[in-house]
Amino acid sequence: MSTILSVRDLTLRFHTFDGVVHALNGISFDVQAGETLAIVGESGSGKSVTMMSLLHLLPMPPARIARGEALFYTNGTPTDLLKMSRADMHRVRGAQIGYIFQDALSALNPVMTVGRQIGESLVMHLGMDAETARKRAIDLLDDVGIPGARARYRNYPHQFSGGMRQRAMIAIAIACNPRMVIADEPTTALDVTVQAQIVELAKRIQRERGMTVVWITHDLGVVAGIADRVLVMYAGCPVEIAPVDDLYDHPQHPYTRGLLSALPRLDDRSRRDLASIQGAPPDMMASPRHCQFAWRCPYVFDRCWKAVPPYYPAGKGHATQCFYDLENGRPRTDA
Amino acid sequence: MPETSADATGLLVDETPDRTFRQSLVYVGRLFWRDKTGLVGLIMFLMVVFSAIFAPWIAPYDPLQQDLRAAKTPPAWTEKGSFDHPLGTDNLGRDILSRIIYGSRVSLTVGFFGVLIACSLGLTIGLISGYVGGRTDNIIMGGVNLILSLPYLVFVVFIAAILGRSLLIVILIFAFTDIPIFVRITRGEVLRIRESGFVEAALSIGAKRRRIIFRHILPNLIGPLITIATFEMSAMIFYEAGLGFLGLSVPPSVPSWGNMLAVGRKYLTIYPWIATIPGLAIVFTGLAMNLLGDWLRDVIDPRLRRVKK
Repeated sequence: MSTILSVRDLTLRFHTFDGVVHALNGISFDVQAGETLAIVGESGSGKSVTMMSLLHLLPMPPARIARGEALFYTNGTPTDLLKMSRADMHRVRGAQIGYIFQDALSALNPVMTVGRQIGESLVMHLGMDAETARKRAIDLLDDVGIPGARARYRNYPHQFSGGMRQRAMIAIAIACNPRMVIADEPTTALDVTVQAQIVELAKRIQRERGMTVVWITHDLGVVAGIADRVLVMYAGCPVEIAPVDDLYDHPQHPYTRGLLSALPRLDDRSRRDLASIQGAPPDMMASPRHCQFAWRCPYVFDRCWKAVPPYYPAGKGHATQCFYDLENGRPRTDA
Repeated sequence: MPETSADATGLLVDETPDRTFRQSLVYVGRLFWRDKTGLVGLIMFLMVVFSAIFAPWIAPYDPLQQDLRAAKTPPAWTEKGSFDHPLGTDNLGRDILSRIIYGSRVSLTVGFFGVLIACSLGLTIGLISGYVGGRTDNIIMGGVNLILSLPYLVFVVFIAAILGRSLLIVILIFAFTDIPIFVRITRGEVLRIRESGFVEAALSIGAKRRRIIFRHILPNLIGPLITIATFEMSAMIFYEAGLGFLGLSVPPSVPSWGNMLAVGRKYLTIYPWIATIPGLAIVFTGLAMNLLGDWLRDVIDPRLRRVKK
């Protein structure tokens, strides 16, 4: 498999009136062509900011990229998304990288028919005339499983149900057959049965079109169903990256372990209360000088307060930013 | 289907490639039928428009023709009235019905063109102010606040005194002083829409600035602006009458409702119809526009349109 996206040391800050918010602190990860990478983490951990910054969707200012690069490979040739000009970026958005938003209702223009919104990128990127774009949009609506696509083409977003809107959002994102699709919590606002349908739809489309998917979520149940690999984020740091099975079976970071043990289980009747991670996420106004999880970590020791941990390899395709070797139950001995 | 302005806005004509013009008309007709007050407003407004356009054919007399022997004839339904002059005559024996009919031309011209100019300028300036922001926005809003802080009546008297009384000047004064309202509403809406999810989504599929403004922001502005425009138009008709009453609008030779009021004021206690009838005409038009405006506000938003009343 070839790498399609390679993010290195992405550091992003929001320069606000109240001070500097250190939103992303050295994010590094690769995405392989055709795979599904899930990014998980709690609210404010920087999942969306990471992916939005790649497409220049964050307002700048206040956002500012301090350092890092994001190489997007086209036929083996890398281009740095972060340094791209506005005109070049317009050609990447929608055509090369599609974006599915969480809240489909607000992401759809209320006074434009759904069909026309799907056709928009076809007209912009592929230069289709209105009639061809209309036919293609109807096909797309059909493809994402909206019954009666012909009639639905000229509906307005408010005439769609929540699940149908999310399907329409997917149709918009995949209209130009982008090589990569970023799904930003597309199931969060939906009820569980519809969630399952959307996940199935995304899997089918990915399989049929061979797309690469980056799936942002905080739902570990969804992750298990869809992802090949998982990136766990905490307070703007990439604390662990691993193949999905390996992550569930052998979490190598105390935060990941905490997350997994917080999952409620239907078959386990011995626990009455849900497990939780003590404490609260750190204040991000200060530049991180040590592990950001140290305050809440049950395995914390003196070294954790002295430096930001680098990635430690922890198995095949598995890396974690932790000074403590969870597998062997002792601090790492590299230093 | 070619992109016509009507479907680009998604406005009254529900944008459907499969729907014919005839079906669209039926659709709009049904929208009116559902809301009967809107229908009443439309009929009243069309009556005014009709009389303005066809004034020379429907007015029984020349509005300037004086007939001193028939001066101060009361309306037909009173004791001394006659059907020669259904709404009576004024102090110089001019037929009030004919003057009312011709007067609608002045009112509608001022209202329509005043709003047209104010709205188009206000929309453009407001779009720039809201979308570009920063220093441009500060300068524009400074100018807007300057206009708003002018003592309105003094300003109008001042301009009218310098430039004289003419229809064009009245229109320009109203247009100028009404720009701030449209700028403020446009700017506010642009600031709101610019941060909305669908603009972000449009950006994410590669839409450029022009497309964002014209395809995503502008159509969302049309609803609120058209509603405001109808209300502003009725306000301008009131103001024009007020200026006419003060003797600052069109020259006295032109039959306008405001001028008629000014004449009638002197005879209010003895010959009340001279002032009352143009007053009623103003109320009639104002009511028509407000009813129509209310209807538009409910209908223009596709989300509200579907509610079955």
